[in-house]
Amino acid sequence: MSATSEPGRAIAAAGEAGAARRAWRGAGLALLLLAAVLLPFLVSSYHAFQLTLALAYAIALLGLNMLTGYNGQISLGHGAFYAIGAYIAAILMTQFDWPYWATIPVAGLVCLVAGFLFGLPALRLEGLYLALATFALAVATPQLLKYKHLEDWTGGVQGIVITKPDPPFGLPISQDQWLYLFTLAVAVLMFVLAHNLLRGRIGRAIVAIRDHPVAAETMGIDNAIYKSLTFGVSALYTGVAGALGAIAVQFVAPDSFNVFLSISFLVGVVVGGLASISGAVYGALFIQFVPNIADDISKAAPWAIYGVFLIACMYLMPRGVAGFVQSAAARLPWRETKKG
Amino acid sequence: MNALLHQILSGLATGGIYASVALALVMIHQATHLVNFAQGEMAMFSTYIAWALIEGGMPYWDAFALTILISFLGGIVIERVVIRPMANAPVLASVIVFIGLLVILNSVAGWIFTYTVKSFPSPFPAEPLWNNSYISTHELGAIGVTLVVLALLFIFFRFTLLGLAMRAAAENPVSSRLVGIRVGWMLALGWGLAAAIGAVAGMMVAPIVFLDPNMMSGILLYGFAAALLGGIDNPAGAVLGGFIVGVLENVVGAYLIGTELKLTVALVVIVGVLTLKPSGLFGRVLVSRV
Repeated sequence: MSATSEPGRAIAAAGEAGAARRAWRGAGLALLLLAAVLLPFLVSSYHAFQLTLALAYAIALLGLNMLTGYNGQISLGHGAFYAIGAYIAAILMTQFDWPYWATIPVAGLVCLVAGFLFGLPALRLEGLYLALATFALAVATPQLLKYKHLEDWTGGVQGIVITKPDPPFGLPISQDQWLYLFTLAVAVLMFVLAHNLLRGRIGRAIVAIRDHPVAAETMGIDNAIYKSLTFGVSALYTGVAGALGAIAVQFVAPDSFNVFLSISFLVGVVVGGLASISGAVYGALFIQFVPNIADDISKAAPWAIYGVFLIACMYLMPRGVAGFVQSAAARLPWRETKKG
Repeated sequence: MNALLHQILSGLATGGIYASVALALVMIHQATHLVNFAQGEMAMFSTYIAWALIEGGMPYWDAFALTILISFLGGIVIERVVIRPMANAPVLASVIVFIGLLVILNSVAGWIFTYTVKSFPSPFPAEPLWNNSYISTHELGAIGVTLVVLALLFIFFRFTLLGLAMRAAAENPVSSRLVGIRVGWMLALGWGLAAAIGAVAGMMVAPIVFLDPNMMSGILLYGFAAALLGGIDNPAGAVLGGFIVGVLENVVGAYLIGTELKLTVALVVIVGVLTLKPSGLFGRVLVSRV
């Protein structure tokens, strides 16, 4: 992989031209955000719900991208952390009458600890062996959630039904629209935090460990701590996403957190673009909407169409959508003059 | 005691199947350093082809041989058409292509042959040999077929020129090219062989688990675990890993926690072993140069 990381790029671009570009970029992001805020008022409530889920997936993918894209640890088991987040939100809301927004930080913190603890033994495993260990986690998750001694909490096979929150302060918008805006706010916060984390000293350390662990160690980076902490933070993001997703779907059940969810996350990260923050958004849109599109094309074998999309994507954009956008933008003529 | 012996023996039978899948995985990994996630679905598809041939009135062993041939060619075609263009792509992009292949094969099989569970015939007689109560004839036959496949592969790789060329291409592609080995075709052959081994595994396991488009997902996982347990760069280790996983799964399922959690426990044990011995029981320990 020859892709230079985004933090590295940010430093290289620092300068006067960089400042101008940052201003443009800020304006573009503000416009994008405005469009995102207005979006639920333009589409049906079902589409607003789908977009809410896509936002939740984007947060999860960002978490997985930190681990896989930036830190180079493959995880096929992030569905497990998504499930933990979802179940914590559901249990706190139904059994302890917590308000929905208060469950999200708890879901994140529990997943941080779970991820850190899982990351410790995972330190010994690399590449495929780590993929197997995390895959085992994904396989075990639905079975553990159905385990009979946990049934009082998890509701066993039936799962838990959550009520949909009402918009606060008597805002004249529908529940779906409110939930979308709430999820959007959390997503923006998480993306800003991730951006700051990854472009700073810690982010450079994380990337250095991926690119050359021995050199990173020589530079004084404590690989073990950084790797397990990255695992933890990554799980935190996925847990927050799980809680948001559960609130949006209003239902959690063991079989919705199967191996396929974890694989979908990995698909989203790679299709969106490894080691890129915007890639998480592209990936989330892909895993949320492409199955529906495939279903529209062929009712008989929708997954075959999905698979064809997947393979075509990788042929055309081996570095993911974000990598494709980046190299396409670099080829624009006006971009060259501005750089000079 | 008899019950335990029974569990161990039938564990060996399924272990043989895991060993075959593990071997197919190791083969592709040796050549390309990738794990073929679509291996199980390729085997499933081959088994459906065999089923269609047998339903069409072909005798079992003819269908068996023809299926192996078709799978071999199919594997080569997949390598040429789908995998070859990804030769220079990042590793994870290839993994995603494998996942794409997996869902395509699964979905197409469901579409052509429907998702209803079908029974698959066994070539071996239904009554146990010598009236023993430990192991059915099909299980014994499955172990036998696995061992024959292993022996043939060993002979092929150890004593034929083509086998040597394939090993060379996997070991050192550049030097192999210099001595005139067509490395690209060796890779395609490897895929063909892996598909053929998968087909044998599929046809041996189908009478036990029945035929449906999702039948191989669990088996692929066990095969993957077996390959890693034995060490992914060691074919003999992978085979032994397959037998260990088969026995472990059966004994754990029967005596410790029942069938619901047996997959989980088996995996936890395997991951535990790997944590202690990160490159597998018989794998080469890689020393990285600084």
